[in-house]
Amino acid sequence: MGSNMAEQHPVGFQWVVEAKERGATVMHVDPRYTRTSAVADLHVPLRPGSDIAFLGGVINYILSNDRQFTEYVRHYTNARVIIKDEFKDPEELDGFFSGWVPEDGVYNVSTWGYAGTSGELPAGKREQTGDVSGDQAHGAHGMRLEHGEPPEEDWSLEHPNCVFQLLKRHFARYTPEMVEQVCGVPREKLLQVAEILCRNSGRERTSAICYAVGWTQHTHGVQNIRAASIVQLLLGNIGRPGGGILALRGHANIQGSTDIPTLYDILPGYIPMPHPDAGDDLDEFVERNGPDTGAWGDLKSYAVSLLKAWWGDAATPENQFAFPYLPRIDGDHSHYQMMLRMLDGRTRGFVVIGQNPAVGSANAGLQRRALANLEWLVVRDTNEIETAAFWYDSPEIEAGETSPEQIGTEVFFLPAAAHTEKDGTFTNTQRLLQWHFKAVEPPRDCRSDLWFTYHLGRRVRARLAGSTEERDRPLLDLTWDYPTQGPQDEPDAETVMQEVNGRHADGSFVSRYQELRDDGSTTCGSWIHAGIYRDGENQSARKKPGGEQSWIAPEWGWAWPSNRRILYNRASADPEGRPWSERKKYVWWDASERRWASLGDDPDFVPDRPPDYEPPEDAKAMDAISGSSPFILHPDGLGWLYAPTGLVDGPLPTHYEPHESPVPNLLYAQRSVPTRQTFPRPENPYNPSDVQPGADVFPFVLATYRLTEHHTAGGMSRTVPYLAELQPELFCEVSPALAAERGLEHGGWATIVTTRTAIEARVMVTDRVQPLKVADRLVHQVGVPYHWGRKGLVKGDSANDLLPLVLDLNVHISEFKTATCDIVAGRRPRGPALSAFVEEYRRRAGVVPGEPVREDRAGRAEGGAAG
Amino acid sequence: MSELEVRTYGGEARPRVGFFTDTSLCIGCKACEVACKEWNRVPESPQGFTGNSYDNSIDLGANRWRHVAFVEQRKELGVDGVAAGGLVEAASLESLVTDTGLQTYQDGEGLRWLMASDVCKHCTHAACLEVCPTGALFRTEFGTVVVQEDVCNGCGYCIPACPFGVLDQREGDGRAWKCTLCYDRLKDDKEPACAQACPTDSIQFGELEELRGRADRRLEQLAEAGLEGAQLYLADSSDGVGGAGAFFLLLDDPEVYGLPPDPVDTTRDVGESWAAVGVAAAGLAAALIGSVLLGGRR
Repeated sequence: MGSNMAEQHPVGFQWVVEAKERGATVMHVDPRYTRTSAVADLHVPLRPGSDIAFLGGVINYILSNDRQFTEYVRHYTNARVIIKDEFKDPEELDGFFSGWVPEDGVYNVSTWGYAGTSGELPAGKREQTGDVSGDQAHGAHGMRLEHGEPPEEDWSLEHPNCVFQLLKRHFARYTPEMVEQVCGVPREKLLQVAEILCRNSGRERTSAICYAVGWTQHTHGVQNIRAASIVQLLLGNIGRPGGGILALRGHANIQGSTDIPTLYDILPGYIPMPHPDAGDDLDEFVERNGPDTGAWGDLKSYAVSLLKAWWGDAATPENQFAFPYLPRIDGDHSHYQMMLRMLDGRTRGFVVIGQNPAVGSANAGLQRRALANLEWLVVRDTNEIETAAFWYDSPEIEAGETSPEQIGTEVFFLPAAAHTEKDGTFTNTQRLLQWHFKAVEPPRDCRSDLWFTYHLGRRVRARLAGSTEERDRPLLDLTWDYPTQGPQDEPDAETVMQEVNGRHADGSFVSRYQELRDDGSTTCGSWIHAGIYRDGENQSARKKPGGEQSWIAPEWGWAWPSNRRILYNRASADPEGRPWSERKKYVWWDASERRWASLGDDPDFVPDRPPDYEPPEDAKAMDAISGSSPFILHPDGLGWLYAPTGLVDGPLPTHYEPHESPVPNLLYAQRSVPTRQTFPRPENPYNPSDVQPGADVFPFVLATYRLTEHHTAGGMSRTVPYLAELQPELFCEVSPALAAERGLEHGGWATIVTTRTAIEARVMVTDRVQPLKVADRLVHQVGVPYHWGRKGLVKGDSANDLLPLVLDLNVHISEFKTATCDIVAGRRPRGPALSAFVEEYRRRAGVVPGEPVREDRAGRAEGGAAG
Repeated sequence: MSELEVRTYGGEARPRVGFFTDTSLCIGCKACEVACKEWNRVPESPQGFTGNSYDNSIDLGANRWRHVAFVEQRKELGVDGVAAGGLVEAASLESLVTDTGLQTYQDGEGLRWLMASDVCKHCTHAACLEVCPTGALFRTEFGTVVVQEDVCNGCGYCIPACPFGVLDQREGDGRAWKCTLCYDRLKDDKEPACAQACPTDSIQFGELEELRGRADRRLEQLAEAGLEGAQLYLADSSDGVGGAGAFFLLLDDPEVYGLPPDPVDTTRDVGESWAAVGVAAAGLAAALIGSVLLGGRR
């Protein structure tokens, strides 16, 4: 679900094909019938944005038929934990969890915690104003437990406020009939999927769920994945071979770019970026961000080792290991906020590497208008992409809205080396790092990102040399001494990897993160990567063929942490440490050796900690996790069916309609995610939704997606003749029924309209897109791939120009996957006529750009909740 | 007809190799098309938006030696649109309806999207090779059929001779171009670029005998799974081209994929024609001689 794996991850999909050859059942739940559906056993079309309702239906099926893997659920999840009395479910508050602060538009989350604990997330003003960046915004960091145990539990799972019963009540109305109404999925199809999953789970079998941006790019993106984790925890499919939830992150190096992040709010290894409130006190930072218990209990060791890696001898116990040198994050500086500041003229310069926001970001027109407000812009890419060319070639210029003379941005385009022209690693799904070797020197002025970053730093440091300013110390004290080689003085990528791996005081390489210390005696550039250069060998460069090693293939590349191929694999054994079944044997307790043994993977547990271990009263970190609690990154060692901390929009996934939806929310009076981030401003108008006046002007569901033949915003594919010719033009996919309704001709042209703008595309009429019967009406879909722009060998309008800017507050991701639109036959108007055309649509819909976001409707929909 | 023997190479002859393209594994990624063009430096051949499903390259030609066909079908696959087999069958609609008393409201009509990567067939009886006057087309030591670009004079005889329409003249060049089964790579013991790039092993390269055995087993497997209509194409040495070096497992009839259902070596009857001509000529000669002789007697 949420993935078109065969098209977007064809190389990874070979394993799905192989599994199918061995008898696995492949089910594809996706709005469109894609190349993935074509080779699946079962395709279930559902309305874009209704995934939580569908998964809720699966959860309801499991719980109401008692199909959960009870022993796993009882011991390994927080099903038995009792939640605070004050907690209220959306069932009770018609769409809200307890703690809603309407004037700030955020939740005070203090009622969501485990009974007997204090407010886990201090819900200060900072959080209430929607700023959940920086420390405390990350997963399990916030909760504090005494010796790793929830204070109140009911092992019978019958206490009315235990998680198991809360789950039952929360999902009780997600019946097959409701799923049919909300998702447009016939109830039998839901039952079929649920039943197949149940039969294929348990002691003897496991099922895996794969997802990608089809799940993440929603205003409820995080909760989509939370819903899947509930399914998988209930069925006992986490930490076991053949199970799991696989985030498909193949567009090389997406996973790597979060592990050692290009993200704005975390440091390497998911250590939160410190907030100014934490002051200069390292211990306070650790106190605020690391729970005492579980693997994050050693946060100080990870943080100190990182500081030592970056500032070497300048990081001493006396100066808090240079902790004050770290940049502080004082708010939401995510991509879209940055662009909005740019739009307001509050950002002067912008460096763009490996990104093409003028095509690839939501409301791309807003992005380009923002770029036009910069003083300077640096774009490093292999080709002159739209983001570098916006100042002389853009839809806004074509429409006569602006001109090159009016745009003051000074653009520097720096040619970049391709991945074949540099050494480095790719990290994809499964946290697997694979080294790639430089095949050829980059041509002419093209340089690697590493070259650019290193030499930029070198030159900046040279300019600052001799400075006595305190503010320059962090730059001047950096360990910035990578050896260079070759004609271009290319820094040695392996040396960087050695720094990432880390060293002991004697210079030897660290071999696993457990060796890191908080006294400054170890360095480590990213604690999760400790061991990647174990024994002085580049472990990611290992390429031993699968046929020459066990099926776990531990000698192909290297997976973080500690080359662990299945996370939480302690869960593959029962509480006593025995495999759940011979068929699914993976990690088990070897009583004679008094160690965890495995078929070849690294056991994800303290190696010699017996299954019957009970933490003593004052235990900390991993010592506070009992011998039968596999989920060691959580302070209680449990899998969280219910997330007591870490999320800002609710501890349980709840169905909300997308921000723009043609139908009302059949489950709750609250229409869309209450905490979603909206930006009502003239450049970002919203279509009216469901029964709001004017919604009928945009009656269809718009979904954007990708094609195998192109790469994201097209910079690496529209510029390559052999790829460009395979998908040469932007097209839209519509059903024969919609084509008939709107007079669209196969192979002809159509104009797709939202309140943002209108674009044109060739028409593909196909049975692969079908209208869905939702809330007793027929909902049509318009599918548009988003790869095109105005540069490259093949050109076309950009689908992202159509989309609104509306985000999931948890992670600030945009709702790319669904909006509403209209579609009419023929090409779009040119020049100023385009603005007039869109303006007419706004007039008909009653949309005034910049007006406040309309109220989410109260009162349940007509036709109401079926069943 | 007997199987191909590579006679002229003597001790240098190698086992005959080819492609088994198992379309049941194809995901339509077109990696084969791109890898082929990259390796063989085949020129780009933009056709624009065709509207023919996801196929914008139309057909094999001088500038496209691998081509992936996309066929969208409405197809009855069973009450619930599901192919039978294993767990799916166990949890099938019928039993759920019985269990729960539910009724469906949407049609159970299923959809099928066939994808298949086409290529030169490297026929056992290759008409192109027979009609080539310059010897540019030749049979390699691997049993494959290759055009030598430095010998081809662009006469174009091979083009109508090919029963599959594979051979094609390159515009502005005039010579005939087609898949070489990566002859250069074979000489280095490497598999052809398309087969190496194929992520799902839909394109399998190997010794023909082994591939045929594999194909037979695969077909049995699919038949057991209830996939009616699955069939091997050009795997039979008694067919019109004597079987092919590149053969296919199709999920429907060949014509559905745009392949000729019963291809025939276009030079098959040339021998008989010449024989007939010979008989006629001999008769004529005999008649002449006879007439002379008889006339002489007259």
